[in-house]
Amino acid sequence: MITDTDNPVLQEAQLIESPARGVWRRFLRNKVGVVAGIFIVLFFLTALATGLGSLGGIYYPYNPNTTSLEIKLQPPSLAHWAGTDNLGRDVFSRLLNGSYISLTVGFVAVSVSLLLGVVVGAISGFFGGWVDNIIMRVVDAILCFPTFFLILTAVALLGPSIINIIVVIGLVSWTGTARLVRAEFLTLREAEYVRAARSLGAKAPALVFRHILPNALAPIIVTAVISIPGAILTEASLSFLGFGVQPPQATWGNIITDGKTYLLDAWWLIVFPGATIFVAALSFYLAGDALRQAAETRSERK
Amino acid sequence: MSASLLEIRNLSIKFRTENGPTEAVKNVSLSLKEGGSLAIVGESGSGKSVTALALTRLLASPPAEYASGSILFKGQDVLGMNLEQLRKIRGKEIAYVFQEPSTSLNPVYTVRNQIAEAIKLHRPDVKNVDAEIVRWLNTVGIRDPEKRMLDYPHQLSGGMQQRVMIAMALSCEPSLLVADEPTTALDVTIQAQILAELKRLRTEFNMGLILITHNIAIIQGLCDRIAVMFRGEVVEYGDTTSVLRSPQHEYTKALMTCVPRLGSKEKRLKTIDYSWLATK
Repeated sequence: MITDTDNPVLQEAQLIESPARGVWRRFLRNKVGVVAGIFIVLFFLTALATGLGSLGGIYYPYNPNTTSLEIKLQPPSLAHWAGTDNLGRDVFSRLLNGSYISLTVGFVAVSVSLLLGVVVGAISGFFGGWVDNIIMRVVDAILCFPTFFLILTAVALLGPSIINIIVVIGLVSWTGTARLVRAEFLTLREAEYVRAARSLGAKAPALVFRHILPNALAPIIVTAVISIPGAILTEASLSFLGFGVQPPQATWGNIITDGKTYLLDAWWLIVFPGATIFVAALSFYLAGDALRQAAETRSERK
Repeated sequence: MSASLLEIRNLSIKFRTENGPTEAVKNVSLSLKEGGSLAIVGESGSGKSVTALALTRLLASPPAEYASGSILFKGQDVLGMNLEQLRKIRGKEIAYVFQEPSTSLNPVYTVRNQIAEAIKLHRPDVKNVDAEIVRWLNTVGIRDPEKRMLDYPHQLSGGMQQRVMIAMALSCEPSLLVADEPTTALDVTIQAQILAELKRLRTEFNMGLILITHNIAIIQGLCDRIAVMFRGEVVEYGDTTSVLRSPQHEYTKALMTCVPRLGSKEKRLKTIDYSWLATK
């Protein structure tokens, strides 16, 4: 067996570009995408730090849940960058802490929906026939529900814990992914190289996971990234309506809820969390879009 | 006489379509002895590829339907096999080389990766897979195989890709190679190289070969027997030399007059003359 270290040819071959590396290189050339990506990394690091911090409680400028009524409703200052709320809590600390909830919901809910969508879509597209027919009618039926009210009802019945919210968002949002994956599989299962693999005696799992799925990966990843802000916004909306993660845990949505009573007196209670949600959602959309462009090799020939 | 490798008897294949069933292959009987070679010639839609894919039941069913007849490979009935038995024949006994090499290789894997899959699937006892890959790439005439096996398909030329496909098919050491228009997508010089390669490999490994083509000119010297298909039927079947020397069927004659000749005085290329159909 030739190992990677003792073969000079193989070392030279590191220069040969794998498809994934090509996508990464093209992504890095897209300035908007890179900036959006940097924002995402910052959000992610913040979430990680405050997520750990909520266990140890040492990572904030202030404790996000400590109230001190003598400094309530103060405008932004050097001490409190985003001002304080009606209970004197530091809004900036609460925003940092809220990023943990938002990103967790975004990533985990999308993972749930991705898993469901890919499995269902792959089965539907690969086997086709009546299996495909039944699955797609179920998908159509689910798409008929007004999603947000379905989530609202489910959370109201099950109780608004973070796990419930993640699972419910994941369970209602897989249909788009399933349709996309099914379409990709319908096309790719007729591809010559799939037929070639089949003619060599490859088993169905090998065809699905080795030959079809890697070729469908690019659009799947792009949809996943682009559906993260949807999940974040849904969670923010639920929190705003009071069905989200419950106080005192700060989330971007419930900071706005707290602030809406003081809208005319304390603009910072609305503007900062609103801007944070906006920037986070926009970053994911733009990064996803840059990723989509990078995955299309055609755009390189320009 | 060596033993019979493949016996197709009265095979009929139908496709269920929205306008009712279409018979793509009608009552076809062909045979191939071990190490023998057969060319199936015909125009588009004559059923030659369908016949070839039917050998290991690669046609999607439905819509395809094996209406009647039998396919005996080494005495076993392919049409009666279950999927597990079929998989043991696919690749291991009957391997394919398809028309379009650029799409027949999976774009996300290196050459090494793809050939390794075939070897691991059918020859699990091979220990040094890389050495085996290099050996087969060498066999099909790829220079610098240690380097080329690390390439992705898009880095290779069409002729190289087709050689890789052939190496992949051969690496399972099949007893029958089915080449479905292996040179149609390649330019003429590469076409000649690939055909010469097939001829050499066939004798070297005493391997059966079924060559499917619409180009009657490339058969001579490569295949012992020829079957001419038209509209799903075998209209002429026999020894290559005698068929090409004195074609019996009007369609074979028409097909042969279409082969362009260098230095011919004809201003226009001939198309197939179907006038014999009207008199039938």
